[in-house]
Amino acid sequence: MKAFEYAAPRRESELAGLFSGRPGATAVLAGGTDLVGLMKKMIVAPDRVVNIKEIASLYGISADSAGVTVGAVTRLDEMLDSADLDAFPAVKQAIRGINSMQLQSQGTIGGELCQRPRCWYFRNGCGLPTELGRMVERGDNRYHAIFGNRGPAKYVSASRIAPALVALGASVRIVGPASGEAVEGPPKNGAPVAQDGNALGEAIMPLADFFVTPRAPHQGETVLDPDQIVTHIHIPRDEQIASATYEVRQSEGPEYPLAAAAAALRIEAGVVTEARIVLGQVAPVPWVSEAAAAAIVGQAVTPESARAAGEAAVARATPLSQNRYKVQLARVSVERAILQAAGLETGGF
Amino acid sequence: MAEYSWPRRGTTSLIDTEQTRIDGVAKASGAAKYSCDINPKGTLVARAMGCPHAHCKIKSIDISLAKDVPGVVLVSPAKAIGDEIQWQGDIIAYVAAETEGAAAEGVAAITVEYEMLDVFVDDQHLAAAEAADRTGKPLSNVQLVNEPGDDEDEEAFEEAEIQRLLEASDVVVEGNYGINVITHMCMEPHGSTCEWNGDQLTAHLSTQNVSGTAGQFADPLGITASDVTVHCDFIGGGFGSKFAADSWGVACAELARQTGRPVRLMLDRDIELKTAGNRPSGFIKVKIGADKNGVVQVWDSQQWGTSGASGGGVSQGVVPYVFDPENRRRTATSIATNAGPQRAWRAPNHPQAAAITHTAYDDVAAALGIDSYDVFLRNLDSVSNDKADVYRAQMERAAELMQWKSKWHAHGKGEKKGSVVTGLGMGIHTWGGGGHNSTCRITIHPDGGVETALGSQDLGTGTRTVIGIVVAETFGLPLDAVNVKIGSSSYPASGPSGGSTTVAGVSESNRRAAQDALAQLNELVAAKLGVGAADLVAKEGRIQASGDASKSLSWKEACALLGMTPLEVNGEFRRGEPSSLSSSQVAGVQMAEVAVDLDTGIVKPLKFVAVQDMGLIINRKTAASQIYGAVIMGIAYSIFEERIMDLQTGAFLNAELADYRLPRLGDIGEIVVDLWEPDSEYERGVVGLGEPPVISPGAAISNAVANATGVRVPVLPLTPQRVLDALGSA
Repeated sequence: MKAFEYAAPRRESELAGLFSGRPGATAVLAGGTDLVGLMKKMIVAPDRVVNIKEIASLYGISADSAGVTVGAVTRLDEMLDSADLDAFPAVKQAIRGINSMQLQSQGTIGGELCQRPRCWYFRNGCGLPTELGRMVERGDNRYHAIFGNRGPAKYVSASRIAPALVALGASVRIVGPASGEAVEGPPKNGAPVAQDGNALGEAIMPLADFFVTPRAPHQGETVLDPDQIVTHIHIPRDEQIASATYEVRQSEGPEYPLAAAAAALRIEAGVVTEARIVLGQVAPVPWVSEAAAAAIVGQAVTPESARAAGEAAVARATPLSQNRYKVQLARVSVERAILQAAGLETGGF
Repeated sequence: MAEYSWPRRGTTSLIDTEQTRIDGVAKASGAAKYSCDINPKGTLVARAMGCPHAHCKIKSIDISLAKDVPGVVLVSPAKAIGDEIQWQGDIIAYVAAETEGAAAEGVAAITVEYEMLDVFVDDQHLAAAEAADRTGKPLSNVQLVNEPGDDEDEEAFEEAEIQRLLEASDVVVEGNYGINVITHMCMEPHGSTCEWNGDQLTAHLSTQNVSGTAGQFADPLGITASDVTVHCDFIGGGFGSKFAADSWGVACAELARQTGRPVRLMLDRDIELKTAGNRPSGFIKVKIGADKNGVVQVWDSQQWGTSGASGGGVSQGVVPYVFDPENRRRTATSIATNAGPQRAWRAPNHPQAAAITHTAYDDVAAALGIDSYDVFLRNLDSVSNDKADVYRAQMERAAELMQWKSKWHAHGKGEKKGSVVTGLGMGIHTWGGGGHNSTCRITIHPDGGVETALGSQDLGTGTRTVIGIVVAETFGLPLDAVNVKIGSSSYPASGPSGGSTTVAGVSESNRRAAQDALAQLNELVAAKLGVGAADLVAKEGRIQASGDASKSLSWKEACALLGMTPLEVNGEFRRGEPSSLSSSQVAGVQMAEVAVDLDTGIVKPLKFVAVQDMGLIINRKTAASQIYGAVIMGIAYSIFEERIMDLQTGAFLNAELADYRLPRLGDIGEIVVDLWEPDSEYERGVVGLGEPPVISPGAAISNAVANATGVRVPVLPLTPQRVLDALGSA
């Protein structure tokens, strides 16, 4: 690990000036479950580490009639324990699936969303995730993307919880210098306002838009600029939505799933009237499948209709040389997430 | 006293019972000190720098910046300009520093220029290896009942004879099978803490060879073995990878000598996986001819694999495994890859051989539509050891525990529930397990204290407890009355713990020494009590005349007869010498029941039955524990573990625990351990148990998957990708 400066602000307003706009110069420390490993291997080597876990306003879960707001440094096990999140089974199932008490009790929701790709070429120091396209294409891509992989980014978005949150229509609050491009719009949803309005600004955007597929080196995996951080996640409340996350996990260990899907369904009089299906571990972003949603809307959830939705989800997959099997696993994930959301047996393990 | 023996079965108080490890609390509480816990005042932390490239030549090494990193005390190149590197992770240099962080920064500040050379790591495709000129000369071994005529060309005859036998067979099965390289994965990586006192070196080494490593330090350091003491009270796993001082152990001692301070050097996990040993791969193309009952008439195989840069692969000497049909031809080709070197991995060669050949036997059953159990049973006449009857009896027992007969269905013909099918598979194995050389020194103190000292080690298997049991049983004392001293090369030499040789070795030396010591003590007691020494028995803390409890002394009273001087008695056993206390050779049968989700390709072990003979059992608890551990390790390599190499660069892609897949408890299913122990087993004395139960899981699980799905997944581990590929649904 390279020597670094350490900052531990207590208030959001103190973030002003702590972050460099230069990529890689500063790193955000929350739970540290991803960052510390990357720093030890010197895959990232920031000059300054900013620990945001001491900022009280970034911590905790609050609920009102509009929905639930989760502070970015809230721990995953606290989310599991929160009755406020019972209305969102897809979220709790995703957290449970992480299968590691250590990660659940140390990791935070903000960090979980912002963790770096697991691409083993990246983790072995071969370059930035976006520089590795050709290497992945010619190399061992068994765990890489089967969607959205035509550009240089062929890794899969690592977040386990993002598919569920995107399916549930969650939004994310970002804070950064007031001049930053992403900073616009009024504060909403009861999220705390930055105390120093002059130096910091905020933006609130759908989580679906937060993840991006980079097209060039040094573009990140999210919209975040190097001097911006996620502060809160908001999940809108809708009593009519049934949701589930299904992950294909080979073991009960903390390994990442081979494929995953989250389904959020509005079921009225036995028929799906609205659906959002989001695949995980298959693309550089949580992969929203309009086709799968279209296939299940207007149908009753049955093994057959769920299967048809799964098939629709993967109809346009573009597997790499070694990961064709993931197409099948993505299909099954969608099928089983839909069945599980509707409270039906999935038929598998 | 020349005749040594064990107490009659049923008369023991400790032997053949369940005893908790005497060091269990120390281990569970953290009181146990491992090599990296040894932290003398002023200890420097050293770190190794691994080569990032798989095949290259070193053009230059610049350590000047590294030396200037604050906290760095010494930078020491391990390679010279012009040296050729054969695998990623080979060690280029060491940095000793005040802190771990400084050492890491020092490593990062070393600049090395490399000349890149061609890389080859594909051990799975023989044609690719041949095209890359990475194969050794194929080695053939042929055994045929018929012989060529005087004027016949031998090779032509063999070829014709094999073809004739295949044509004469009722069924011919052709298949490809394989098993990937896995690496050693000890919880505690390799390493040591070394400190000097003048010219005397003390090495706290994580080793399974306490008595054998001093000389390995001494020679490269220019001292003699008498100047070196190796300590290892506790070790976090060895499995065959920790017999040596190793270049990094010597480097640690050298850094300590040059800096004049103690130095600790443990390998990082990635270098550990890349450099500190792996298990060779084996791939095989097989043609089997069998009669209509599944009895194999002829075996013809071509195999290949790698052990790293020097070639290697699975030994053909154990192919086909256990079964040795009268007519067989086998050819083995070694592939040199730019990958780290192999090291003995629990039962070297056997698990791979079982996985790539008992699968072929199982496919004979599938082809004939008969019960796999019957095919294994009917081929027992051809086993290469003398255990056919033992296998028969063990198969019967295993089948009963598995409820094989009632659960059996033909391959691929089971009931499907949702997308899940289940199946059964089995395998059999063999191992030696005779004791290694062992000497020990038992001391009986006049105050009744008892200790035994030997330069052995406890790999986690319970050796310390076994030694205590043997001595305490002999003296009629409770287990905690014996102070077991192992883990130092200053004690009488005992063999390395490898090849399942330890339990028989240390039981031999300790039983011998204890019986001799007791005989000497009995002479004093006999004189005191006025009875014959031969009539005395030691039990329940007393030495008494047999049949006359009124004539007895407590252990303490008896020891007081020694006067001022403790009684010291050495015990010695030489490997291979005939003895009534130990023997060798075991069989073993394992059966697996698995479920397979046909939609995801995930394999889930449901139940695993392990029936194992091991002669006389010293400690039933740790014996069973060995088998549980072996089965879990077997499930790991059957379904999860593999070394994944990047064919472009030779990088070992999953060389960290986050990516190197291993099962968790919930992935194991139910394990039923059956200690197979008719009186004949007790009578033949102690036999080692470490390796045998790890051998059959690959075959048993692969066969169970084939039985469940009706499709052979040819290569282990049986990942979802491979299962789906085999099912044709990917």
